[in-house]
Amino acid sequence: MEGKEVKLEREEQELDYTELVQSPTFQRLMREKRRFILPFSLFFLAFYFTLPVLTAYFTFLNETAFWSLTWAWVFAFAQFIMTWALCMIYTKRSQKFDVLVEDLKKEAGR
Amino acid sequence: MNVLAFSLFLAIVALTLIITYYASKRTKTTSDFYTADGSLTGWQNGLAIAGDYMSAASFLGIAGMIALSGFDGFFYSIGFLVAYLVVLYIVAEPLRNLGKYTMADMIAARFNEKKVRGVAALNTITISIFYMIAQLVGAGGLIKLLLGIDYVYSVLIVGVLMTIYVVFGGMTATSWVQITKAVLLMIGTFIISIIVFSKFDFSIAKMFSEMKSATPLGESFLHPGNKFTNPLDMISLNLALVLGTAGLPHILIRFFTVKDAITARKSVVYATWIIGIFYIMTIFLGFGAAAFVGFDNITAADAAGNMAAPLLAQVLGGDFLFAFVSAVAFATILAVVAGLVLSAASAFAHDFYSHIVRKGKATEGEQIVAARWASIGVAVLSIILALFAQKLNVAFLVALAFAVAASANLPIILFTIFWKRFNTTGAVTGMLVGLISSLVLVIAGPNVWSPEVGGAILVGDPLFSLANPGIVSIPLGFLGAYLGTIFSSKKADQKKFDEILIKANTGMKN
Repeated sequence: MEGKEVKLEREEQELDYTELVQSPTFQRLMREKRRFILPFSLFFLAFYFTLPVLTAYFTFLNETAFWSLTWAWVFAFAQFIMTWALCMIYTKRSQKFDVLVEDLKKEAGR
Repeated sequence: MNVLAFSLFLAIVALTLIITYYASKRTKTTSDFYTADGSLTGWQNGLAIAGDYMSAASFLGIAGMIALSGFDGFFYSIGFLVAYLVVLYIVAEPLRNLGKYTMADMIAARFNEKKVRGVAALNTITISIFYMIAQLVGAGGLIKLLLGIDYVYSVLIVGVLMTIYVVFGGMTATSWVQITKAVLLMIGTFIISIIVFSKFDFSIAKMFSEMKSATPLGESFLHPGNKFTNPLDMISLNLALVLGTAGLPHILIRFFTVKDAITARKSVVYATWIIGIFYIMTIFLGFGAAAFVGFDNITAADAAGNMAAPLLAQVLGGDFLFAFVSAVAFATILAVVAGLVLSAASAFAHDFYSHIVRKGKATEGEQIVAARWASIGVAVLSIILALFAQKLNVAFLVALAFAVAASANLPIILFTIFWKRFNTTGAVTGMLVGLISSLVLVIAGPNVWSPEVGGAILVGDPLFSLANPGIVSIPLGFLGAYLGTIFSSKKADQKKFDEILIKANTGMKN
């Protein structure tokens, strides 16, 4: 029974997308997403391409860093650390976005 | 023939058929068939993504490349992993919110016109079939090496199995075959890695210092530059790796198997952990093979180095470990080709048949019949092509698939979500320019042309010097989409873009 009621309610509420886009909550969501996703994406692409560009055109990464590891290997392992760290950061940050999305859904009567 | 290996192969076949039997009972609607009705949890889909992604090329190919050329082989591991940040940060959640069964669904959510859906479906089919031929040809050669079964029969066995999984069990069977394979692959790789590490007394310092004298390459084994001698080609390859993954249709359709964007996000994070740990272990596989199997033995078994990991298992753990690792490699192939059949078949049945031919009027029953026939058609076509391609060096097909994915799909996905002005003309020109430029540059390049007889498919000087076209074709894809939009008379549809923004970012829809 409850499921049916919810469904009925949904059918009654027609979303006005333009109104929703202009709502302060959605504008805030987009602003915060942009502030997070754009710089972080540029960062990981830059971090990633630095390694092949440096190894392709220079040899100084072949110097030993520690434990018989050269800087090239250290940088390579750093790519893994970077990827996992950015996964955790994304998970954490996106929870904030989820709260805003929930707020917006309430405002829209969902 | 190795009896133990053969028994384990049979065990894998039996296990996957049992999975398919149970999955077939749960595959009744189109939603079941294409997406397992969105029923997977984050963990399950994370494992399935890993199982879908870590192909025999990753497992056997990278192990071999690290064994034979040291650091350069590891570039693949890094690129294949970092690519998941593009998936996580930019593509996964909007895709889940906008799409339904296929990648074309997502583009059509904004541009609901036949030509857009048609070209998007064409790209999906092109990428999936090319990728599948590469997998099947590899599989045929591999099973021949592992079990001594003739190439033709090997391809037929893999081809028949993948068809059975998809036709009867749809996405549910495909997902669980991929999950099983991911677990087996991680176990097998972990065992070998631990044994290899123990031989170096669990010391990273000792491992790296001993590797300096363990191979004919000497100290340079640990330095970049043994395999990739053309800097531009190497950077181009890295571009295609990191941007292509987010445009691979068989990976993208996995996000429709979970209930919402939050679960899709979780599944990418789990997948990234699993895939990352796996790619770290490729170092142990590669170093171990180089040190304990030896350069000559690896190349004697297979010039490209694909036998490095199974041979290493043999040296470390005798016949049993060899049989186990061979069976894992077999499971790996099955899981990946099943995913590819499903992605190509859904583009045929859902995009071409249901939406374009039947204009969305096909009944549920008709759609699922079409989906099953499309799966059979895709499988038969791929098997036939793979049988003809036996003698060809098909490694370039993987490069091609990644290049098309990065050049034709990624620009369109990005512009669909983020660019207000983007329109139908831009979408069509972008996809076609990306597709055609990748194809033409690969066909004109050193993968197809070599001045030496037997160096490539045809003899002659390549017109385009790079083996990986990404550095040219990816910008061309973006440029095609941009110019197509700017020069068309169509105005931006603000209302439609508002709808896309809300749907992509919140999952709300009417």
